[in-house]
Amino acid sequence: MENSFEYFLEQENAKDLLRFTTAGSVDDGKSTLIGRLLYDSRNIYEDQLDSVAKASAGRNAGAIDFSLLTDGLRAEREQGITIDVAYRYFTTARRKFIIADTPGHEQYTRNMVTGASTADLAIVLVDARKGLLSQSRRHAYIASLLGLPQIAVAVNKMDLVGYDRSVFAQIETDFRRFISRFPAITTTFIPISALKGDNVVARTGNMPWYHGPSLLEYLEEAQVGNRARQAPFRFPVQRVVRPDQQFRGYSGTVASGSVAPGDAVVLLPSERTTKIGQIITFDGHLNEASAGQSITVTVEDQADVSRGDVIAALDAPPEISNSIEATLVWLSDTPAEVRKRYRLKHTTRQEWAELKQVNYRININSLKHEPGEALDMNAIGVVEIETGRPLVFDPYSHNRMMGSFILIDPVTNGTVAAGLIQGAARRPRSGVNGFDRPTWRFEGGSLLLSGLDESFGDTKPEALDDPEALDALNRLLKRLKVNQ
Amino acid sequence: MNALAHLRHLESESIHILREVVAECQRPVLLYSIGKDSSVLLRLAEKAFYPGRIPFPLLHIDTGYKFKEMIEFRDRYTAKLGVKLIVQKNERALEEGANPFAWGTQRCCGALKTTALLDALRGGGFDAAIGGARRDEERSRAKERVFSFRDARGQWDPRNQRPELWNLYNTRVHPGESLRVFPLSNWTEIDVWRYIHAEQIPIVPLYFAKPRWMVVRGDALLPVEHFLSDGSGYLSGERAELVMCRMRSLGCTPCTGAIRSDADTVPGIIQELVAMRRSERQNRVIDHDQDGSMEVKKQEGYF
Repeated sequence: MENSFEYFLEQENAKDLLRFTTAGSVDDGKSTLIGRLLYDSRNIYEDQLDSVAKASAGRNAGAIDFSLLTDGLRAEREQGITIDVAYRYFTTARRKFIIADTPGHEQYTRNMVTGASTADLAIVLVDARKGLLSQSRRHAYIASLLGLPQIAVAVNKMDLVGYDRSVFAQIETDFRRFISRFPAITTTFIPISALKGDNVVARTGNMPWYHGPSLLEYLEEAQVGNRARQAPFRFPVQRVVRPDQQFRGYSGTVASGSVAPGDAVVLLPSERTTKIGQIITFDGHLNEASAGQSITVTVEDQADVSRGDVIAALDAPPEISNSIEATLVWLSDTPAEVRKRYRLKHTTRQEWAELKQVNYRININSLKHEPGEALDMNAIGVVEIETGRPLVFDPYSHNRMMGSFILIDPVTNGTVAAGLIQGAARRPRSGVNGFDRPTWRFEGGSLLLSGLDESFGDTKPEALDDPEALDALNRLLKRLKVNQ
Repeated sequence: MNALAHLRHLESESIHILREVVAECQRPVLLYSIGKDSSVLLRLAEKAFYPGRIPFPLLHIDTGYKFKEMIEFRDRYTAKLGVKLIVQKNERALEEGANPFAWGTQRCCGALKTTALLDALRGGGFDAAIGGARRDEERSRAKERVFSFRDARGQWDPRNQRPELWNLYNTRVHPGESLRVFPLSNWTEIDVWRYIHAEQIPIVPLYFAKPRWMVVRGDALLPVEHFLSDGSGYLSGERAELVMCRMRSLGCTPCTGAIRSDADTVPGIIQELVAMRRSERQNRVIDHDQDGSMEVKKQEGYF
């Protein structure tokens, strides 16, 4: 008995976690799909099923209405709609799953961006009868914007098109033509019927021409490429721990890469260099910690580090700038205001941030860049933001945790925007005197200066390891700070 | 090992959340319900703030109808951890005779839990209350945020929640408003038990099967500990009998059904759960007193 329990625990402990989000348009059958996924993989309890069966009878649906399993709020059940992102959990013999279930109709952008922000992959649902709609394009675009490495396109309601191979093939062709604009995304196409259960959990005999995996098989096999682990070490300090006079440690979650005692690191924004002392946890000291782990570290030299500072790999430091270019997804029904000040939360730091300008808007249907100052609910634009103190960041495309931020309205305290940092702002040289204010930033170990004057231009000092050059640069930096 | 094992991933996420509350909120408090989820929360708090101490007090809303074993466990365990414990009771309602038999469960919960909780939060000036609720427990909770905003009256507006992206939690509130924070949002019941097993976390003995005095009513087993001496609680013809059973979740004795079980160890419970086909809160009378009842209670300020 005990042995078989140990075996069971071993199996359980070997399971990893996959987070995915689901996107679909109205009536694509998304709730039905998720209900089916939960039901067929035996993740629904009897009493939950009983209460749904009761409600289904009331709606004369005949068979069990699987969508009722996922509609959580009373208002939703009464109106037959889904209001907000819901999180669901299920387990198979291989994996644990967290679904961010996002409704397809109102506020699709806001909800899907929210769901995708924590997801490893997305399932985009397409109605076989309707083919590729503009919504599906939007979903694919958002998946690419949020940096998801793969999506599964589930072509649903195949039962209603007679399980016709050519219908599926046409949708795949159309979708592939569109998705080829996002070369970073791997796409898998699966023909299903959520209502009948074809290819959801078990493979079906109704589509002998399809030789790929069922949707659940795909989810169980999908490689959760832990890209954060491959990136350089980043550790945003969450709290300074000082239980007594002797001990000073920094608590936080490793945002990317890994770290070991003795590693050479740089403390940012102070730019002091030091070495990692110990990695401390309640369960003992560690020889190494990597992305996702919550730890406490000490550093060798007594340093003045506070919440919001970043401890980073010395040989590959992040960028620093108080002026950034970012893609902004507007989440609030109060539109964005240029020149307004917002609270910006990035890693473990809150700053004042001014929205300097909207460079352009992105038409989510055509993906064309359009001029425009305004960003209203669900709009996506590329903007320039200036912060009170400089941000320590990596571009979102390189590092999700170091490149994401939210904007908070200081009056309502609502979360009004999701931001994805592209890089330090490169202002056009169109200032009053023919050139812009000087700015500086770190990039890939180099200090980039810009806007000093035409001849200085973008300068890349080679020798950051040369103490004399470094000293000169530090003096220069001080002057620039004063000038700003 | 190329991926953080599932349980360590959840642990790390919860620690991050606990540290974020303490870093950004003025006066956090941990809502301590004495149940298994609270025990897990306390262990996570020990880990989050190590080598420092848990930097917030615990608040227990005592309805007066909790099991005696729960209160004993509470006092023993919190003393051992050396944390500050605040116990809040709605004495006035109890003097007025609040009990679920005469008042009905909705009114009784409203007075002894919701009112007591809101009074305690207001009285202590707490701007963040950390709780052990999980999204998999009940369907209205599936849409709950990790940092969930409450207005100045302590109420939840499910249609107007702040979007929550990445691990960037918006902790900003105006004076009088507050947050409920749920570090266990992404845990499931089985995760909680596996963690208790892996970490050897102490839990109230009521979770383990033994013969207990119960009234058997249909499928339900109701503890008689607080059935009144005048006989309220009993339906005609009912009497207590010894049943081999355990509690799957802990609340007030009159409203927490037991389940028939002989699982008297944590591994036994985990094995039972894996085989179980019924959800965790099905024996909680208060979840079923009206359609969408948890949603309504949450809107009014219930945890």
